[in-house]
Amino acid sequence: MTTSKPVLEAKGIVKELGRGAGKVVAVKGVDLSLVPGELTLLMGPSGSGKTTLLSILGCIMTPTEGSLTVAGTNTEGLSAEQLAELRRAHIGFIFQSYNLFPTLSALENVRIALDVRGQKGYKAAARSEDVLREVGLGARLMNYPGNLSGGEQQRVAVARAIVSSPSIVLADEPTAALDSENGHAVMELLARIAHEQNRSVLAVTHDPRTLGYADRVVKIEDGLIVGEERRPQGLDAPEITDLTKRRKAHA
Amino acid sequence: MVLTLAFRNLFHDRVRLTVTLVGILFSIVLVAVQLGLYLGASRMITANIDQADATLWITAFGAKSFEDGGALLSTRERHQALATPGVVSVTPIVVKFAEWRKPEGGSTRVVVVGSDAEDGALKPWNLVKGTWEDIKAPDAIAVDRTYLSDFGVHGIGDSAQIDFGRVKINALTDGIRSFTQSPYVYMPLSRARQLLNLPSDIATFHLVKLAPNADVEAVRKQLLNRLESAEVLTKEEFHDRSLKQWLFRTGAGVALIGGALLGILVGTVIVAQTLYSSTKDHINEFATLRALGSSSGYIHKVILAQAGLSAILGYMLGMILAGVIVFASQSTPLPILMTPQLAAALFTVTVFMCAISAISAIVKVTKIDPATVFSR
Repeated sequence: MTTSKPVLEAKGIVKELGRGAGKVVAVKGVDLSLVPGELTLLMGPSGSGKTTLLSILGCIMTPTEGSLTVAGTNTEGLSAEQLAELRRAHIGFIFQSYNLFPTLSALENVRIALDVRGQKGYKAAARSEDVLREVGLGARLMNYPGNLSGGEQQRVAVARAIVSSPSIVLADEPTAALDSENGHAVMELLARIAHEQNRSVLAVTHDPRTLGYADRVVKIEDGLIVGEERRPQGLDAPEITDLTKRRKAHA
Repeated sequence: MVLTLAFRNLFHDRVRLTVTLVGILFSIVLVAVQLGLYLGASRMITANIDQADATLWITAFGAKSFEDGGALLSTRERHQALATPGVVSVTPIVVKFAEWRKPEGGSTRVVVVGSDAEDGALKPWNLVKGTWEDIKAPDAIAVDRTYLSDFGVHGIGDSAQIDFGRVKINALTDGIRSFTQSPYVYMPLSRARQLLNLPSDIATFHLVKLAPNADVEAVRKQLLNRLESAEVLTKEEFHDRSLKQWLFRTGAGVALIGGALLGILVGTVIVAQTLYSSTKDHINEFATLRALGSSSGYIHKVILAQAGLSAILGYMLGMILAGVIVFASQSTPLPILMTPQLAAALFTVTVFMCAISAISAIVKVTKIDPATVFSR
């Protein structure tokens, strides 16, 4: 069990959505911490509040109640621009439907994440290229999303999320749109990012194939954390090793 | 990356880009033509005043323009002016509407300009055939070649009548057009007086040249004290008065400026509409950018860059078409003028128009909820 200091700490998070008769309490008092070097899965059925909680942890939504501290900064009362600044500094996102820019190449899709952080020019291009090679897309740098497979697009999205070296990576259903092999490849990448680069990775999922990669599984139901389980195997899980071997053999 | 993204967003939808560029092009051409006509008209109206070698113009009280000098001046005013310290010369000229009778029948209105060039007064410029010496021959005149067909003649050597006197074309100018559509006919002062049946001591204007170090304002005050029934105007004042008379009192200038404003308005609306719909189409990408932590300023830059690129492309295309129209208008009685200043002003107008157009798109993008990235 890790004893690192949390890089993200949520306490008593409540989120109400809608107004009047249509008001729904999507998150009902959640406490959650993320520490570096750990891949956490947030699992739960549809409508359980996973994505809402992820939005709050990613400083995209503000909680109705409760406090959120990201890299030592309490987010309470921060403006939209200040929250964006916090995201720029500390958080990388991976989305279920990749959300790549169709008019930009793989390399440009990654570079834009550095560009919004004010990192431009040759160094930014070189860094983007390195990260794309890291995720196995060295030969697809100039390809546009339309010419990439779903798995490749998600790997571009992973590269975009980590290119600025954020301390926290948040992934929303990263394997939902992928077949089994690509789903495993992406989860393997996320596990490596957590363990080898010492980042906090939180993946929202209801995909049981992802369980083998998790250091920790948090279960949410009806807006409440209903269970938490630590899993010791991490990157050494047999299925990961098998997959790595398969991919190497394929390469 | 801002420019790259803006460029790709624009070129992603070629049909919409075409609509945008056509909108800007239409707007630029409309504004260029209207303002070019305004400039061309202004130049026509004031050309004789600008070309005359005079610092001050003595006119009858209430003279409205070069063509409408009002009551006539006599030699008395000329002698009074000549006696004023600082005045070097006072040259009379006659400017008056008259009837040009075509050799084959019919007539047209002309503006007779009688002056003696050797006295430093007004003389026709841009002579393409003949010289001032040729104009000094009996009955000789100079006209602009644009109007030859209006005069019912073919060129040098052809004769016609002004009022009841015979005239012969001995010189041709190029580019001296008349805003009133009554062409200028240049001839020596004495011949003009004779043709127009005016006494030999009468003039429409006296052109005053001053000594090199003379104080213009001081001389003018002295002239005003001496000349009770005349006005003394600087070249600039007479220039402005003539413009005011023809462009604003007649409403012609207002119509031209109104047309230009309409062009700007139409262009702004078209660009605003296309930028807004482009932003709407790319709204998810902008939401993704926001989720990735981009500042709203970064997204505004992308939209403004799209507007700027549209402006540059639209301007270039618009100026090419405007250039063709300007070129084609040069041989007409109302040429459109394109100056470097007008070209620069049009570019500024285009950029301003596109920047204003971006406002609706920026307002749209300001309302983006980055949380929408999770709902797709």
